[in-house]
Amino acid sequence: DASLAEVNSFSPSVPISPSSMINQYKFEDEPELRDLFITVDDPESHITAIETFITYRVVTKTSRGEFDSSEYEVRRRYQDFLWLKSKLEEAHPTLIIPPLPEKFIMKGMVERFSDEFIETRRKALHKFLNRIADHPTLTFHEDFKVFLTAQAWELSSHKKQGPGLLSRVGQTVRAVASSVRGGVKNRPEVFTEMNDYMETFSQKINVLDKIAHRIYKEEREYFNEMKEYGPIHTLWSASEEDIADSLKGVASCIDKCCKATEKRMAGLSEHLLPVLHEYVLYTEILMGVSKRRDQIQGELDSKVDALANKKTEKDLFSEEIEKLEDKVECANNALKADWDRWKQNMQSDMRATFTHMAENNLRYYEE
Amino acid sequence: MEDCLAKKMEITVSEAEKRTGRNAMNMQETYTAYLIETRAVESQSEGQCAPVDSLWRRYSEFELLRNYLSVTYPHIVVPPLPEKRADFVWHKLSADNMDPDFVERRRIGLENFLLRVASHPVLCQDKVFYSFLTQEGGWKEMVNETGFQLKADSRLKALNATFRVKNPDKRFTELKHYSDELQSVISHLLRVRARVADRLYGVYKVHGNYGRVFSEWSAIEKEMGDGLQSAGHHMDVYAASIDDILEEEEHYADQLKEYLFYAEALRAVCRKHELMQYDLEMAAQDLTSKKQQCEELATGTVRTFSLKGMTSKLFGQETPEQREAKIKILEEQIQEGEEQLKSKNLEGRDFVKSAWADIERFKEQKNHDLKEALISYAVMQISMCKKGIQVWTNAKECFSKM
Repeated sequence: DASLAEVNSFSPSVPISPSSMINQYKFEDEPELRDLFITVDDPESHITAIETFITYRVVTKTSRGEFDSSEYEVRRRYQDFLWLKSKLEEAHPTLIIPPLPEKFIMKGMVERFSDEFIETRRKALHKFLNRIADHPTLTFHEDFKVFLTAQAWELSSHKKQGPGLLSRVGQTVRAVASSVRGGVKNRPEVFTEMNDYMETFSQKINVLDKIAHRIYKEEREYFNEMKEYGPIHTLWSASEEDIADSLKGVASCIDKCCKATEKRMAGLSEHLLPVLHEYVLYTEILMGVSKRRDQIQGELDSKVDALANKKTEKDLFSEEIEKLEDKVECANNALKADWDRWKQNMQSDMRATFTHMAENNLRYYEE
Repeated sequence: MEDCLAKKMEITVSEAEKRTGRNAMNMQETYTAYLIETRAVESQSEGQCAPVDSLWRRYSEFELLRNYLSVTYPHIVVPPLPEKRADFVWHKLSADNMDPDFVERRRIGLENFLLRVASHPVLCQDKVFYSFLTQEGGWKEMVNETGFQLKADSRLKALNATFRVKNPDKRFTELKHYSDELQSVISHLLRVRARVADRLYGVYKVHGNYGRVFSEWSAIEKEMGDGLQSAGHHMDVYAASIDDILEEEEHYADQLKEYLFYAEALRAVCRKHELMQYDLEMAAQDLTSKKQQCEELATGTVRTFSLKGMTSKLFGQETPEQREAKIKILEEQIQEGEEQLKSKNLEGRDFVKSAWADIERFKEQKNHDLKEALISYAVMQISMCKKGIQVWTNAKECFSKM
C-alpha cells in the first residue's frame, strides 16, 4: 500500500506531556521506511454449538524494539477488531480512528458468509490495521500491540481487564447530558469550519459512492448484453461464404471487448468502490470525533461557569479547570493535527483512486 | 454494365415536409411528403449545370411503385423500402413516425431505394419508374391503368402457404433457406444491438453525474479543487459524447435493416419459382391423367377404378358415338394442354435463367455492401475508443494534479 507510506520518525520513549504530544502530531514530510508490516488474509470459518464465525489470519512483521519477536501470526475474528477500535476510541477520543467494515450489509442482499462479502471485509480489515500502523500515535498504543501479538486466550484475558462496561456507560451518560446542555458556545472558528466541511464532504462522498455503484451496475448490464452480441455474428457467418471471415472477425473483436469490460468492472470493484466506501464510513467517524471534542470543551465551559458562581472553592476548581483546559487543548490539537493528516491522506487516496480509475478506463479503451 | 439511369441522372430525396390533407374517406390526416429532385447529368465540359426538376411524393406512393415493380418483374430481387414503422428501437430512440430523426433516416432510406432501382440494369428502364421520378400529376392513375394488380398472384400473398413441389430447382430451395436464415439472424442481431446501445447509453450518462458532484465538492476543497473541477468537466464531455456515437451507429443499423428486407425480396423470387413449378407440375399431372382417360376410352380397358366405369358397367355401356365425342374433346384438351405445358416449361426455364442471373448480381452486391458496413462499424468503434482515450487521458491528468 505504497500510497499510505507514512512517517514514524520519532522514538517512542518521549515522555507523554501535552506540549510534546503537540509535536508528535505534526505531520512530517520525509517519508521513511516503515517498521511494521501487517497483512490480513486466509479467512476460515469456525462452527461451534452456539454460533458460526469467521477468523482471519493476521501476520505482523516488525523491527521495533518493544516487540519481543520480529514475526507474529495470530487469528482474529470481527469482534476482536471491534474491541480494538473501541479501546482506541476510549484512549484518544479526538483522534480520527479508521473505520471498520460494517457488521451487516443490508442492500445487495449479500449473504452473511458469501465469498464476496468475506473478501470485501478482509480487505477492509487489512486496510484498518494498516491505517492504525501508519498513524503516528495510534501505532504505539498498547492494545494495538496486544491485538497483533497475543494468542487467543491471552487476548481474552487482556480484554477482561481495564474499565468495564459500567464505566463506559457512565461516559455515554455524561456525553448525552453534555449534548443536552446545548450547543457549544466557545467553539473555536477552526472547528466550526471543520464541521461545515465535514457536512458538505459527507453529502458529496455519499453521492459519489452511489454514482460509482450505479456505474458498476450499468457496466454489468452492458456486459450481459454484449455476451450475446458476439455469438450472433458467428452464427451468421455459418450461412455466409464471402463475408464469413469478416463476420467471424467482428465476433472475436466483440468478445475481446467483453473481456475488456470485465476488467473495467473488476477495476471499479477492487479500487474505487472500497475507497469511496471507506470514506463514507470516515465521515461518520469524523462527526463523532467532532462531537466528542465539543463535549470535552463543554465540560470545560460548564466548569468555568460553575467557578464564576462559586468564588470560595476557587482553588479546588481552578486545578480542575486547569486539567480540563489541558484536556481541551490536547483534544483540540490532536484533532487539528489529525485532521490535517487525514485530509492529506484523503487527498492522496482520492488522487490515486481516481487516477487509477482513469487508467483503468484508458486500458479498457486501448484494448 | 449497361447504361443505367443512375449514370444519366442525378437523383436525390432532398427534403421532407409535414402535410395535412384529406384522405380517401375525406378525413383529415397528417403525413410526410418527400421532395424528389432530378437532374440530367450532362457532360460538364461547358461548365453548364442542367436545371433541377422536382416533385413531391409520399411514402404510400413509393409503396405503390414497389408493388408495381415486384409484380411486373417477378424474377428480379426488387430493392426494399425503408421500414414503415420504427422497429428495433432502444429507449432514447422514438418510435413515432413523425419524429424528426425517424423522418430524416427515412428520407435517406427512400433516396437509397431510388438509387438502387436506378442502378439496376433491368428496373431502371421501366417507364413507370421514370414517370415516378418526373411526372407529378396523374402518375397514380397511370400505374393503376397498367392493370398490374390483376397480374399479382394472390397466392403469393399468403406468406405461409406451401406448395408441394416435386422437382424444384435445388438452388432455389437452398436460396429460400438462406433467406430465412438471413432474416432471422439479422433481426436477432438488430435486437441485441438495440439493447447494447441502450446499456452503453446508461454507462456514459451516469458518468455525467460525476461532473456535477465534482464541481460541488471542489467548492469546499483548497488544493484538490482545481483538479476536481476540470476533471468534472471532462466527465461531462464523456457523457455527452455518446449521443453522436449512437446516432452514427443508427445508420449502420439501417444498412443492416436494408438487407433484412432484401431477404424478403429474395424469398419472394424463390416462391415465384415454386409457384411456377407447382403450376407446371399440376399442368403436367392434368395432362397425364387426360391422356390416360383418352387411352382408356379408346381401348375400352379400365385401368383405374372410376365411378363412371362402375356406373357404366351397372347401367350399360355408352354408345360408340358418345365415346367418340368424348375422345374428341379429350384429344383437343390434350393438344391444348401439351402446348400450354410447352410454353409453361419455356417460361419456367426463362424465369430460372433470368432470376438466377439477377440473384448472382444481388449476391455480389450484398457481399460488397455488408463487408463495407462491417468495416464502417469497426471504424466507428475505433473512433469511439479514441474519444474515450482522449477523455480519460485528460481526466487522468486532472486527477493527478489533485
